[in-house]
Amino acid sequence: MRKGTVKVKRGLAQMLKGGVIMDVTNAEQAGIAEDAGAVAVMALEKVPADIRAAGGVARMADPAKIQEIMDAVSIPVMAKVRIGHFAEAQILEALGVDFIDESEVLTPADEQNHIDKHKFKVPFVCGARNLGEALRRIAEGAAMIRTKGEAGSGNIVEAVRHMRLVMGEIRRLKGMREDELYYAAKELQAPIDLVREVAKLGRLPVVNFAAGGIATPADASLMMQLGADGIFVGSGIFKSSDPEARARAIVEATTHYDDFELLAEISKGIGEPMKGIDIRQLSEKELLQVRGV
Amino acid sequence: MKVGVLALQGDVAEHLSAMKRAIRGRGDVIAVKKAEQVEELDGLVIPGGESTTIGKLIQKYDIDKAIGARPELAIFGTCAGAILLAKEIEGYKQFSLRLMDIAVARNAFGRQRESFEVDLEIPVLGEKPFHAVFIRAPIITRAGRDVEVLAKVDDAIVLARQGRYLACAFHPELTRDTRLHRYFADIAAGNL
Repeated sequence: MRKGTVKVKRGLAQMLKGGVIMDVTNAEQAGIAEDAGAVAVMALEKVPADIRAAGGVARMADPAKIQEIMDAVSIPVMAKVRIGHFAEAQILEALGVDFIDESEVLTPADEQNHIDKHKFKVPFVCGARNLGEALRRIAEGAAMIRTKGEAGSGNIVEAVRHMRLVMGEIRRLKGMREDELYYAAKELQAPIDLVREVAKLGRLPVVNFAAGGIATPADASLMMQLGADGIFVGSGIFKSSDPEARARAIVEATTHYDDFELLAEISKGIGEPMKGIDIRQLSEKELLQVRGV
Repeated sequence: MKVGVLALQGDVAEHLSAMKRAIRGRGDVIAVKKAEQVEELDGLVIPGGESTTIGKLIQKYDIDKAIGARPELAIFGTCAGAILLAKEIEGYKQFSLRLMDIAVARNAFGRQRESFEVDLEIPVLGEKPFHAVFIRAPIITRAGRDVEVLAKVDDAIVLARQGRYLACAFHPELTRDTRLHRYFADIAAGNL
């Protein structure tokens, strides 16, 4: 009997496909997410929009808060650690969380090194803006990738940019001769064996979700049509006027992303979405996506 | 023969691919999202995923009613799918199709860090062990008189059959071994 293998780590991510993972900050929100049909919850002290507003250093949540959420639901519970902060990750693994997000939403602890994720039995998800970032994270042991988008913005534009970049670069690799892959690996700053694997498979070797700015059922459909395997919704649910209705609608929209008559029904009367931010109004130093590349 | 894979949530693509390899030349495999698609099937696979999520979507789109109207339909549930076949789910009030006379315990081996791979003896598939991947897996804690137990991990039942229904706690779709998918296709075709 072997535990913590690559297969069981990547396998849990495969079981989440076609589903929605929701940010929650307490047991009550976790229950709402589970009742709406979330496949997992991300346990946080503050949703990204509030982290952005609060400023200061954002760290791993209080383990008591995460435990409260683990006790409240039967679906997998994820939690975030700072980029490179392997001690926070060791603590979350000991606590028993099901997935760790090494996340740019928290303030990075290491500006050079990410966590060596191979050393853990618990799987990790990491953000990426392009194929090179995704493959570097997979090389470090990530069992799942998500687009970074721009967390807490309520604006889909960055998630779209990142998903199109990742998928476009995969399509480009697929069309290459084998002797061209070495230079592609150099350009991508990614290991050649992973570049070869992506060229052969025509997709990432791990599950790839969309994240960072999803606020409506139409946003979820857009990201699924662009090739996402599933959806993370951070601030988009509990910063909207009717979280229950919106959570249910985004779950259904993720399943039926290509049935537009049904999407029209699903999108009706679910209240006001979160307000959101025009990304061009943010300065470079306010962007979360540039952390940990 | 036509086999569907319920495509509401979970590792649908893996099951579609495994089933296509298993029944190559014997029939078609389709992704099922709508109740009306259930009418044309000989077999239905309910994949791994989150049983609470899949259960809600089954009810929302009346797929439970379409399955209820087809008592002759063969069904293969893996992990979440096995939970959805069970008459009883220990400790949780959640939806299930209640088609098999079994009780299941969810996440019976513990949280994700306890997920594992193991070689399993499955006599109905032959002597060669089956490499089984268990992810936050359930176990079958009670099997009724008409239920045939096909495999165990220690004392826990992890594979069982009742007539045209097959419940599996692990994920055969995550390996290259298609023997269990072929076994189910034989049930769906009426050969077993």
